[in-house]
Amino acid sequence: MEPRTSVIGKRLKNIKRIIAVASGKGGVGKSLIASSLALHLARNGYRVGLLDLDLYGPSSHIILGASDIVPTEEKGIVPPTVHGISFMSIVFFTEEKPSPFRGADISNIILELLAITQWGALDFLIIDMPPGIGDETLDVIRYIKNSEFLVVTTPSKVAMGAVGKLLKILIELKKPLLGVIENMTMKSSSFIEEEVKRVNVRYLGKIRFDETLEDAIGKPDRLTKTNVMKNLTEILQHIAL
Amino acid sequence: MHEWALAESIVLAAVEAAQKEKLTKITEIVVRIGELQQIEKEIFLFALHELAQSQPIKIKNNAFQLKTEKSTLQCKTCGQSWKFSDMKKKLKSTESESIHFIPEVVFVHARCPHCGSPDFEITKGRGVVLSSIKGVR
Repeated sequence: MEPRTSVIGKRLKNIKRIIAVASGKGGVGKSLIASSLALHLARNGYRVGLLDLDLYGPSSHIILGASDIVPTEEKGIVPPTVHGISFMSIVFFTEEKPSPFRGADISNIILELLAITQWGALDFLIIDMPPGIGDETLDVIRYIKNSEFLVVTTPSKVAMGAVGKLLKILIELKKPLLGVIENMTMKSSSFIEEEVKRVNVRYLGKIRFDETLEDAIGKPDRLTKTNVMKNLTEILQHIAL
Repeated sequence: MHEWALAESIVLAAVEAAQKEKLTKITEIVVRIGELQQIEKEIFLFALHELAQSQPIKIKNNAFQLKTEKSTLQCKTCGQSWKFSDMKKKLKSTESESIHFIPEVVFVHARCPHCGSPDFEITKGRGVVLSSIKGVR
C-alpha cells in the first residue's frame, strides 16, 4: 500500500491558496511568471512558497539566482528561503546533472516531494509546472485537490494549439482556472484573446516582449523593475493577487 | 529526521486503512523498507512509536515490524541486473544522500555498471511501503 498519499493533505493543510502556473507548451515563460508571481506576493507581505515541478528542466532557481542554498531536515525537509520565498526544487537533489526520468519515476518524485516537504503556514504556494498535460499535471490535479491554474501562452498559433488542449482538459476536470496570460507579445493582435474567450476562460492580458529581461535573470531586484513585472502586476490586479 | 515524514505517512495510512475496516485497535503494522532509501531504522522506528501515541485508533506497543528489501536495478539497454549496495561505494556522499531523500535521483547520479546506460529501472527495494496491518474490531 502506498503510504505517501495519506500525508500530503497534512503537509498542505496550512497553505491558503495553491496556484499552478501551467501551459500546454514549453518555452512560453511559465517559470518566469511563476517566479515573478512568487516575488510579487512575497514583496506584498504574503508568506509564499514556490515549488518547481519541472523535473527535466528546472529553471526557477536560475531566475531567482538561488545558489548556495539547500533544504534543512526537520521532520521532513524544510525549503530554504530565497528573496522571502520558501523554495523547493528537484535541483537540490540533482546537482544540475541531466535527469533521465520516465513517467512512473516522475509520479514517484512528485509524491515524495509532496510527502516530505514541510512548507509550514503559507498564504500562497506557487507551482512552476512543466509543459503539457502529462504526469506532473495529472498528479497535481490528483494530489492537490484545491489547486487553481494560471495558464500561460505566447501569441503564437502553435503555442495556443497546445494551450487550448490544456484548457479543455482543465475545464473537463472542473479545475478552478484563474485565466490565461499572453506572454511575449510583439504586435497588436486579438487572436489569443478571442481563442481564450471562445472556451469561456478569462483572458487576463498581455505581457510585452522585453529585450532587457535576460539581463535581469538571476537578479530578482532587477527583475521586479522590468516591464514584464509591471505588466504582470497590472494583470494580477484583475484577479486580486 | 527526514525519516519522521515517512513514518508519519505510514502511521496515517495505517490508521486510514484501519478506520476503513472499522478496527478499534491496530495490533500489527508491517513496513517494507527499500534499500535505496537508506532509512536509518532506529530513527524511523522511534518516529513510528512517537506518532503511534497520538492517533485516533489505539496502536499496540511493538506493533511495528520493519522488513528490509534489497534493491534490484535492471538496465533497459543491456538487460543486466544489480543491487544498489554494489554501486553505493562509488557514489559521493552528497549523491547518496540525495538518493536517500528522492530514490529516483539514482538515475541522475548512477549508471548501469555493465554498459554505462542511464536508462535503467528500480524493480525492487525503492522506498517505504505499508505491507500489511492487523487489528481487532
